[in-house]
Amino acid sequence: MKLTVWTYEGPPHVGAMRVATGMTGLHYVLHAPQGDTYADLLFTMIERRDHRPPVTYTTFQARDLGADTANLFKTAAQDAYDRFEPEAIIVGASCTAELIQDDPGGMAETMGLPVPVIPLELPSYQRKENFGADETFFQIVKTLAKPMARTAQITANLIGPTALGFRHRDDIQEVTALLSDMGISVNVVAPMTSSPSDIARMGAAHFNVLMYPETAESAARWMERELDQPYTKVVPIGVGATRDFIAEVAAITGRDAYLDTSRLRLPWYSKSVDSTYLTGKRVFVFGDGTHVLAAARVARDEMGFEVVGMGCYNREMARPVRAAAKEMGLTATITDDYLEVERVIEALQPEMILGTQMERHIGKRLGIPCAVISAPVHVQDFPARYSPQMGIEGANVLFDTWVHPLVMGLEEHLLHMFREDFEFHDAAGPSHHGGHAPNPTADGGPAPQTPRGISGERKDEAGAVIWLDAAERELKKIPFFVRGKARRNTENFAAERGVAEISVDTLYEAKAHFAR
Amino acid sequence: MTELPRLPASGGCRDTPILKQRGQREVFCGLTGIIWLHRKMQDAFFLVIGSRTCAHLLQSAAGVMIFAEPRFGTAILEETDLAGLADAQDELDKVVAELLARRPDIKQLFLVGSCPSEVIKLDLAKAAERMTQTHAPHVRVLNFSGSGIETTFTQGEDACLASMVPVLPETKDRQLLLVGALPDVVEEQAIGLLEAMGIGPIKVLPAPRVDDDLGVGENTVYALTQPFLGDTHDALTRRGARHLPAPFPFGEEGTTQWLAAIASEFGVSPELFETVTAAPRARACKAIAQAAETLNGKSIFFFPDSQLEIPLARFLTRECGMDAIEVGAPFIHKGIVGPDLDLMTTGPTLSEGQDVDLQLDRAIAAQPDLTVCGLGLANPLEAQGLATKWAIELVFTPVHFYEQAGDLAGLFSRPIRRADLLKLEAAE
Repeated sequence: MKLTVWTYEGPPHVGAMRVATGMTGLHYVLHAPQGDTYADLLFTMIERRDHRPPVTYTTFQARDLGADTANLFKTAAQDAYDRFEPEAIIVGASCTAELIQDDPGGMAETMGLPVPVIPLELPSYQRKENFGADETFFQIVKTLAKPMARTAQITANLIGPTALGFRHRDDIQEVTALLSDMGISVNVVAPMTSSPSDIARMGAAHFNVLMYPETAESAARWMERELDQPYTKVVPIGVGATRDFIAEVAAITGRDAYLDTSRLRLPWYSKSVDSTYLTGKRVFVFGDGTHVLAAARVARDEMGFEVVGMGCYNREMARPVRAAAKEMGLTATITDDYLEVERVIEALQPEMILGTQMERHIGKRLGIPCAVISAPVHVQDFPARYSPQMGIEGANVLFDTWVHPLVMGLEEHLLHMFREDFEFHDAAGPSHHGGHAPNPTADGGPAPQTPRGISGERKDEAGAVIWLDAAERELKKIPFFVRGKARRNTENFAAERGVAEISVDTLYEAKAHFAR
Repeated sequence: MTELPRLPASGGCRDTPILKQRGQREVFCGLTGIIWLHRKMQDAFFLVIGSRTCAHLLQSAAGVMIFAEPRFGTAILEETDLAGLADAQDELDKVVAELLARRPDIKQLFLVGSCPSEVIKLDLAKAAERMTQTHAPHVRVLNFSGSGIETTFTQGEDACLASMVPVLPETKDRQLLLVGALPDVVEEQAIGLLEAMGIGPIKVLPAPRVDDDLGVGENTVYALTQPFLGDTHDALTRRGARHLPAPFPFGEEGTTQWLAAIASEFGVSPELFETVTAAPRARACKAIAQAAETLNGKSIFFFPDSQLEIPLARFLTRECGMDAIEVGAPFIHKGIVGPDLDLMTTGPTLSEGQDVDLQLDRAIAAQPDLTVCGLGLANPLEAQGLATKWAIELVFTPVHFYEQAGDLAGLFSRPIRRADLLKLEAAE
């Protein structure tokens, strides 16, 4: 038993729903009690989908448990087939149905439905959403895809995009363009946009582009083995990764590497003098493994930030994330406990977080700006505008999105110079966020003011060190976005030297000590 | 008292046959009630014993994540709990001890049953009893079920309140008990009106804190403020308290009838009743009239959601001039919504439970001007050209009594006004 307040991932059947909802012509019959239908609103509200997810829930009740939940399943499956006439059906159980052991897969296979029936085994009490998506897509591909003659022209399948994916919609377009510039066309994009008959012709492609290892790595490995299709290992997020991806595609296909950089702005924007203030900004990176690996590289190599911590919530990606962290001289935080992530952030006091919606809230509470780089998704992560993460435009989007929460260079200096100004004070927040907000919030609602008791007492490790009044007043003159760091550095400086009281001199000695 | 309500000439809907279908239900389970209950009861913590799905539901149900100080959490069952490798009761003791140590402000702890905990027959009543002894007198531990196999959406609140009734102290005092979790502003308005009529003492269930001196006994009379409190109603009756049946306090008419039922019990004079209610009644009528301009003559179709459907249909048909096509509710408890049914003109289909696919077919065929439904159905119906109202907003918004009557009507008129306002199609 594990006490949980907020979760990064849903249960595995929600992952299966992401696959089914992204596809057409596929129906998911889910053995589940009433209430599990809440998952529909993730798609209709957060992603604003205009169709119900193609899911039939058997809706068993307590009084059915002693009686005949199995028949209920068969009726629901037959009704779903008759009503929706899908090309293929996936069947499975949610957490509760798993316990009553009706074997939906076995039952559905005996029903003699005239379409492929694909049973799913998704252990709800061990695994989570990403596993559910990956396993479901793998089972669909394994059942439907067959070896076949390659297309005359060089083609690729784009695999991994699902419903409710972080910017998947726009990444598909961007990657398609990258390939198109090299004279490679797309055979099938799956699971999102494909139908079961599209899956059946995936074998015609020359290789696979694995866009999101979280949701399609098992399928990619299977197709490499069974259909003799190599797959790409580089995820093209950021300028460097996009160039590496192009090189990888060139190596796989034998075509010349070509990247049209006419619309690429990140490198110049990052070099331009206005970006000097980004130098060495201490950032903490957290999210799903794929986006964290990409973001850490972009942060260090393309933005000039200092990555002070990184980690991911999906254990499946622990190994590459640990390796990347080690290469940066860090220890990765691999956890799905957001309270632990919060403790790490509190201890590191970064100047910026590149995280998920959960870290955005942590950032609000701690007064640290945050840009969102990864699922779990929020309605804000489905902007109306074109906003990919991958490829050329993706790199441009990263620059804008990451810089937006920060106080701009000259503004930062003005805050230093005129710290007592009644309008232009530190509590006003960055001026491009509408000015006089009471708190520096990235974007979104008001910052919750109450400390959350569940995480217990706030740590006050330096409690032994006393701030003299004058030093405390001087500290308040330091702009809010560096004050936390200044306080912590000064206290550490004092503690290391056995200084019990912090004076103005101590403050400035610490400043000189930590100057870079 | 005040004038009797105009009863429909054709007779009310109380004896209308109810359409009952069995199939997929597009509704929340009772755990969802925790989203508002944990805000209402400020010293309570709700611990769901369930799966990752339960935790994910609580996080998603309100459409957003409420990160400010959540007083709820999920003890997620793991493989070892299910395989019997770990004694689930011992595990639960451990989780609760840890939780209470971190949250000394918690005075009541609710162990909330879920689908998985009920299927594995985890005895939470036994656990609650044991923990109450362990943590007495500091913390009271109760249990109820919010599972989808037992409860639908607002029934979670019902199950929670019903679990509190047996442990309320006995009192012989003559008192009025208002039952149902209302937003504070609304609750204060109701108490203000009743006190102005000289009615008292007035108590509220749920009380904001456990140490409030709330008792119950045979001299207690109670009025329900929400129509979904069937089990709580039964539990109070078993304690000897007496129910004051009335239409629910939505709109001017509903509020007046609801207040009148209480005033009559407490012998309030018609003059005093008039003095207290005249001004807010007039304000309510004026506010409703504005929204009714949009709603008048429009048709409405209710998918089942919160059990508020029948009282709301009564309000919209009688005070806003709408025509109800179908009024679907997860459950229809005639002992509670009977007075509302009496006031509704026959005509609409009344349906209980749901086969969502068949009900969608009916809605599409009927082409209502406004469809009230859950979040899973709203955008798909909008995409098919139907204006919709999210049902969940009716539970999360202050809509009871006179001062909110206009807001309530506005919730229904806004989607229709918006559809008229938007000019998004290409010019001819």
